[in-house]
Amino acid sequence: MKVKILSILSAVTLLPALYMIFLFAPTEATQGHAQRIFYIHVPLAVIGAYGSAILLFIGSLGFLITRDLKWDRFGAVAAEMGIVFTSAQLLTAMMWAKPIWGTWYVFDSRGTLQIVLLLIFVAYFMLRSYLPDRDKRAKLCAVFGLLGMVDVPINYLSIYLFRTQHPQAVISPGGGGVEREMGYTLLMSAIAILFFYAYVFVRRLTIARVEEEVDYYTQVILANE
Amino acid sequence: MKPLTAIVFKDIVIEMRSKESISSMLMFGILVLVIFMFAFEGSGLDKSLIGAGELWVAYSFAAILGLNRSLAMELDNDCLQGLLLAPLGRGALYLGKVASNFTFMIIAEFIVLPVFFILNNLSFDQRFLAIAGISILGTLGIAAVGTILSTISANTRMKEVMLPILQIPLTVPVVIAAAEATSQILNKETPEISAWLTILAGFSIVYLVISYLVFEFAVEE
Repeated sequence: MKVKILSILSAVTLLPALYMIFLFAPTEATQGHAQRIFYIHVPLAVIGAYGSAILLFIGSLGFLITRDLKWDRFGAVAAEMGIVFTSAQLLTAMMWAKPIWGTWYVFDSRGTLQIVLLLIFVAYFMLRSYLPDRDKRAKLCAVFGLLGMVDVPINYLSIYLFRTQHPQAVISPGGGGVEREMGYTLLMSAIAILFFYAYVFVRRLTIARVEEEVDYYTQVILANE
Repeated sequence: MKPLTAIVFKDIVIEMRSKESISSMLMFGILVLVIFMFAFEGSGLDKSLIGAGELWVAYSFAAILGLNRSLAMELDNDCLQGLLLAPLGRGALYLGKVASNFTFMIIAEFIVLPVFFILNNLSFDQRFLAIAGISILGTLGIAAVGTILSTISANTRMKEVMLPILQIPLTVPVVIAAAEATSQILNKETPEISAWLTILAGFSIVYLVISYLVFEFAVEE
């Protein structure tokens, strides 16, 4: 039921978000249409990448405290979502940077942070697949997830000291602010991506549980043969 | 304090007899420096600009070699089991392993560092001492993360391959901060050095504390 509501909500919000991004929002004066990718890029970064990092942190900490395997699944799904959303966000960044900066990638603060975050997610995922034992995997991955996510703020701090080429955040205290239509579009797109993220997350969590059950019964059958 | 010194003493005795860890780190570090020298020799790039990165690549890769060796040593003949059965806390065990890993890395690095100065034609003035100090701070961070990560990777099917995959992304702040601080020292311009040193020290403290707390999960059977 919960999944159904989320799926409907994300479908209902994604369509108007697309309309607003391509038709409603005014074209930016200097960057032209390339700027429209901003409405996708920012929510992907904030909700997709940082959100996954926070969820992986919660999952790892939750497992270490409660030792309940459901938190391990939670963390694993968060890392998977992190890989997908951070990659998508890096791709949108590159699509934008090529026409605007004339280069695919610049080693500035946020870009580097995202790449390192992606590498940590991938490392977490690889660690999972090289650990055959269920309990051991949960424990070690929780430790690595915790260590990896603690790294993110320190990483941000250290990378931030580099001179940054990334456009300064416009939606922040002290930021320049944006045109009202642009603000609405960004908000709509953020809501749509939030629902989409939540939908995929819950769906994937259910699948992870089923996968585990299948694994368990396969082992039972093999043991009885 | 006693279990800590006992672990370090045990590791030093083993190292004096086998001479495996330090010698391999040392050779590897020097090889990296030499390879970089070949790569950059004809390029006409300023040595003081690329030198810092060169040095920290050599340090961090050599550290991974040493960490792999340090845990492989404990896994042979189930020595780790013996350590876990010994009457000492898991946190103390972790700190002991960090201390011995740190000692071996520092010994290797303090031999690599003069080689770096000679190969890059730098004079042995105050900069040498300053970079040695940065090496100590950075190595502490690398040892703090590396010790717990090598314990994690030892449980996987591909032990030696897994460690760099886990460690390199996590030590990015150390390498950035240490390389930046080193490069500022090499250029004799140190406007932001205190910020970089703070990051190095903060990283080490944060990871020592967290790893101290969660190490028991990493070694639990």
